[in-house]
Amino acid sequence: MSETRLRSPLGRAIGLGSAKEGVHHWWMQRVTAIVLVPLILWPVISVIGLAGAERGALVAWLHNPMPAVLMIVLLVAIFYHTALGLQVVIEDYIHSEAWKLTALIVMRLLCILFVVRGVLAVLKLALGA
Amino acid sequence: MSDPRPLSPHLQIYRWQLTSVMSILHRASGIALAVGAILLVSWLGAASDGPESYTAFQHFMGSWFGLLLLFGWTVALFYHLCNGIRHLWWDTGRGLELRSVYASGWTVLAATAALTVVAWIAGLSGGSH
Repeated sequence: MSETRLRSPLGRAIGLGSAKEGVHHWWMQRVTAIVLVPLILWPVISVIGLAGAERGALVAWLHNPMPAVLMIVLLVAIFYHTALGLQVVIEDYIHSEAWKLTALIVMRLLCILFVVRGVLAVLKLALGA
Repeated sequence: MSDPRPLSPHLQIYRWQLTSVMSILHRASGIALAVGAILLVSWLGAASDGPESYTAFQHFMGSWFGLLLLFGWTVALFYHLCNGIRHLWWDTGRGLELRSVYASGWTVLAATAALTVVAWIAGLSGGSH
């Protein structure tokens, strides 16, 4: 086998090595995608039944441990995947460094805000009377 | 403005291909699903806030604009899901020949249409009672 060097001569000369997180974004996007394939189909099927339903039916459904747990995992996976995806969109289209950083931070904060709101809502419905 | 060189691709004379259009649609549907995720949180949040909030949310979702959002959400979801599976398949190094890429592309479009129709038939027949 011929020697394959992926690192640049400059990188080797500086000798700091990689930050060891080059593939982290790519990898987590795939992991959340794989998790979301079954997880997104489940609520779509369940929620279709609840679509026109009264609030009571939704509350009763989330009172079961499995739907409540899966709904929380789903919310976390959705917003993790969304943050990773929107990050790439922002990095691709916003070229001003200041605006890019601002957009990235605002986007992340919004994702955190919505996921916390969603998880709290599920907990309240699952544990409430 | 000061640079008169033509853009590439030159959009007025650009011949679209299935491959590039589907790639753009994957990103567009992803952005749409970020809005859809907010819709999901709003639904759970409205339910946790109480019966009045839930009724108001249901009223909004039952309006023409709400139904349009919901329809767009299902199309975007099924497209992003099917095309996402296509991407995961590519990640294993398979299906990358041009013939396979086109075959899986048309399959994704057909599956998106079929799943959307099935979901809406199920939703409209289940939601009426």
